[in-house]
Amino acid sequence: MPIVAIPSLLRNLTNGEESITVPGTTIREVIDNLEVRYPGMKARLCEDDRIKPGLAVYINGLLTRGSILESVDADAEIHFLPAIGGGMAAPSH
Amino acid sequence: MLENKEHKVIGTRPIRHDGVDKVTGRALYGADFQAAGLLHGRVLRSPHAHARIISIDTSRAEALPGVKGIVTAKDIPDAGDKIADLGEGAVNLKYLCDNILASDKVLYKGHAVAAVAATNPHIAEEACTLIDVEYEVLPPVLEVRQAMEPDAPLLHEHIRTTSLGETAEEPSNVASHIQHKLGDPEKGFAAADIVVEREFITGTVHQGYIEPHNATAHYNADGQLTIWCSTQGAFTVREQVAEILQYPISKIKVVPMEIGGGFGGKISVYIKPVAALLAKKTGKPVKVLMNRSDVFEGTGPTPASFIRVKMGATKEGKITAAEAYLAFEAGAYPGSPVGPGAMCIFAPYNIEHVIIDGYDVVVNKPKTAPYRAPGAPNAAFGSETVVDEIAEKLGIDPLEIRLLNAAKEGDRRADGPVHPRIGCIETVEAAKAHPHYTAPNGKKHHGRGVASGYWFNIGLESSVTINVNSDGTINLIEGSTDIGGTRASIAMQAAEVLGISAESVNPSVVDTNSVGYTAVTGGSRTTYATGYAAYEAAQDVKRQMIARAAILWEVDEANVQFADGEFSSINGKEEQISFRDLCGRLGETGGPIVGSGTVNPGGAGGAYATHVVDVAVDEETGKVDILRYTAVQDAGKAIHPSYVEGQIQGGAVQGIGWALNEEYIYNDEGTMTNASFLDYRMPTCLDLPMIDAVIVEVPNPGHPYGVRGVGEVPIVPPMAAIANAIYDAIGIRMTELPMSPDRLLKAMGKI
Amino acid sequence: MARRSHVQTTINGETVEFLCEPRQSLLEVLRDELHLTGAKEGCNNGNCGACSVILDGRLVNSCLVLGVETEGKSVETIEGLAAPDKLHPIQDAFLENAALQCGICTPGFIMSAKALLEQNPNPTEHEVRYWLAGNLCRCTGYDKIVRAVLDAAAAE
Repeated sequence: MPIVAIPSLLRNLTNGEESITVPGTTIREVIDNLEVRYPGMKARLCEDDRIKPGLAVYINGLLTRGSILESVDADAEIHFLPAIGGGMAAPSH
Repeated sequence: MLENKEHKVIGTRPIRHDGVDKVTGRALYGADFQAAGLLHGRVLRSPHAHARIISIDTSRAEALPGVKGIVTAKDIPDAGDKIADLGEGAVNLKYLCDNILASDKVLYKGHAVAAVAATNPHIAEEACTLIDVEYEVLPPVLEVRQAMEPDAPLLHEHIRTTSLGETAEEPSNVASHIQHKLGDPEKGFAAADIVVEREFITGTVHQGYIEPHNATAHYNADGQLTIWCSTQGAFTVREQVAEILQYPISKIKVVPMEIGGGFGGKISVYIKPVAALLAKKTGKPVKVLMNRSDVFEGTGPTPASFIRVKMGATKEGKITAAEAYLAFEAGAYPGSPVGPGAMCIFAPYNIEHVIIDGYDVVVNKPKTAPYRAPGAPNAAFGSETVVDEIAEKLGIDPLEIRLLNAAKEGDRRADGPVHPRIGCIETVEAAKAHPHYTAPNGKKHHGRGVASGYWFNIGLESSVTINVNSDGTINLIEGSTDIGGTRASIAMQAAEVLGISAESVNPSVVDTNSVGYTAVTGGSRTTYATGYAAYEAAQDVKRQMIARAAILWEVDEANVQFADGEFSSINGKEEQISFRDLCGRLGETGGPIVGSGTVNPGGAGGAYATHVVDVAVDEETGKVDILRYTAVQDAGKAIHPSYVEGQIQGGAVQGIGWALNEEYIYNDEGTMTNASFLDYRMPTCLDLPMIDAVIVEVPNPGHPYGVRGVGEVPIVPPMAAIANAIYDAIGIRMTELPMSPDRLLKAMGKI
Repeated sequence: MARRSHVQTTINGETVEFLCEPRQSLLEVLRDELHLTGAKEGCNNGNCGACSVILDGRLVNSCLVLGVETEGKSVETIEGLAAPDKLHPIQDAFLENAALQCGICTPGFIMSAKALLEQNPNPTEHEVRYWLAGNLCRCTGYDKIVRAVLDAAAAE
């Protein structure tokens, strides 16, 4: 199952857990399943069924397009990080 | 994915395709654009750093003969609460609009308030002086720690600190807080034999491109808007202008002219929407140019910052824990590069226990814009100075302590993701083996310093189209504006695939109607991602050419192979035809061939650099001279080594300027007192020695030829390397940038 | 609008007449009236050298010279340097040495280097750096520019 690294600022929702193993074959499924276990998580990560502006999604160390449609392998490692455009720092709002 | 073949074109040094135009003065930059009936626009800017606009009266200006139109924020459609998605990140549209022309408040000296179009630039300038603006002046907030105080004057009443989706109750100048945490820092510091903690301050600095911003806009009667301009990304201009003017992208064409430097500063738009508004109002083409003080006061600098770094190590030199506090000035609107700073600060090291806090803080200075590895140089000034101090206190060679702790493939970065194949160790080893590092340097007040740096690089979207010509050449159409020789480095990758010479490729950078979407020239992405798209487009051409050879020889496609610029048939028939000759037979085998490639690659592969510098400190004047400079960098694969060296040398020298001279000097009212090239004082060639650029090649598995971006990381190490060299020279740790003569004299107790 | 003066001058060897306002600089005249846009405006106050041209054999910042001052004088600009089918050796040296990135400062540097080599055909590295200190380049770190000028001196 994919492993989600929980950003330190979201660990209050996971009782301090730093990484969570959660089922899912897409980012959307992974987030939905996280929400079931840790209510409130989805609202911190998503807005209108899209990844929140200002957030970037890394899968296995690679920056993705940040789409909830992105597929994930069974053993994928997923990170949600502040979005950063290279050469262009994406504003956080 | 890596191609492990011998290269014929890659790694050579052809003359760049746009070279002759640029040495003869024929190349047309944004300000060189001419049109019949052209009007000239100028912008009126705020004399105050923080004020409410009570009223704007343009009547006297309108009465001046030659004035054809005046615009203010009222001419920009109401943005409401809309969040604009600009591909590289979402921004609050009102901020974007207010930075173009202030609506209710001016937030920095130089903030645009109104603009005039007139029959010549002098009249436009004169008209600006006739616009009467009534202000209610407010106290400015000019420094990041001051802005973070609970009782600091607020720039924006509605900003509340967000922390990854959670928003605070009280308004604040702190727009956001980010944090990365790895392991248990307390435990890590407990395991240390030595802990070093220091605070650092860096000044506001500007990208300093020589060409000021420019834009010419024209509305056709059918509503088609065309903008000719210098930009790092024509498509990004199209998106921003469309959002600001609430105008469909299909009705906007952006024509990228040659660009005279950008370094990140020509991504955000400033006067492009203004030119469009004036063009709409007057019905004429309008050219708006900035002068140099407009550029300093009205366009993005990179932020001043306050940084605290604490690191612990065992007496053997193993770093056990690291902690950083980064507070960055965003300028007037949120969006400082504190994120990249936090991502890069400890990236040269494999550290088990790390905590990094970053704060994005608004102050009454121009809204910051990206500048070459934005955020990373500020951060590295702190971390690389502390690493040097730990090495010194433990009696370990500063490069040795870097090797001992160097990040490598499989190690976890402090922000979470695991490093792919990287060349951190290789750059440190190459610096250590360089003759510079062992050359004698024992004179009084001479010193040597080293520092490393990291930049993650990015991919993003690029599109390339290739049209095959009947004489065996190709026309390569791209959307990446060429700021430093990328026409050549992109063309060379297509040439390599097709077995033709670099000169057989005619690269063109075209407008937004003429090529697929292409993100900005920035993030060290162009040779990597647009080069990758060129590789894919060339592969597409190759596949189609193989099919044509099969038609020609009446064989199955599987029986045609392509190597060294020759198509040949295998299995039976012994046919052979060169790429060039086959190009001459496209008509009879099915018609023209157009190849295309589009990419959005995720494997940009981070870049590392390690710099070695020798300085001399003049005890009388406090002036620091650079005696010798060696910059080692992992390029993955250098497509055109001369232009890779150029990026390394240019980045190092911008870093030298940042280290020793450059800063915005403000008075108490928030006016920059040195807004000219004379007073801002960027390095001249007389200030410098040759810069020895050493290219290390650790191929990036995320690119067919192993390319890593090279543009940004060379600006990361210089400030710390020079601070460490100054320490070696005079035994004083400099913790504030720039390390200008007055600061050195103060540090030495002379004034 | 201020009254325009008639000026006759020589530009790149050819007699040229133009009208200009007294307040217009030579740089403005070259760019806006004569469409010779090779000279660039970087600062408009003599600090960057991007507008360098040669006036009666002397290197000047064209932003600091008035158009009307060129009456009866001779101006050399980047556009006049190359022969129709052959670049000037300094231009060749800039290309061979990859001595440009964005290229906005390049015309100014080339005109400045030309003035140097006319006065001192065999400059040392320090002399090149001293002479070119009035021209700013933000891209290259100057290394390859200095090498190009030294190469051009050796080639001439």
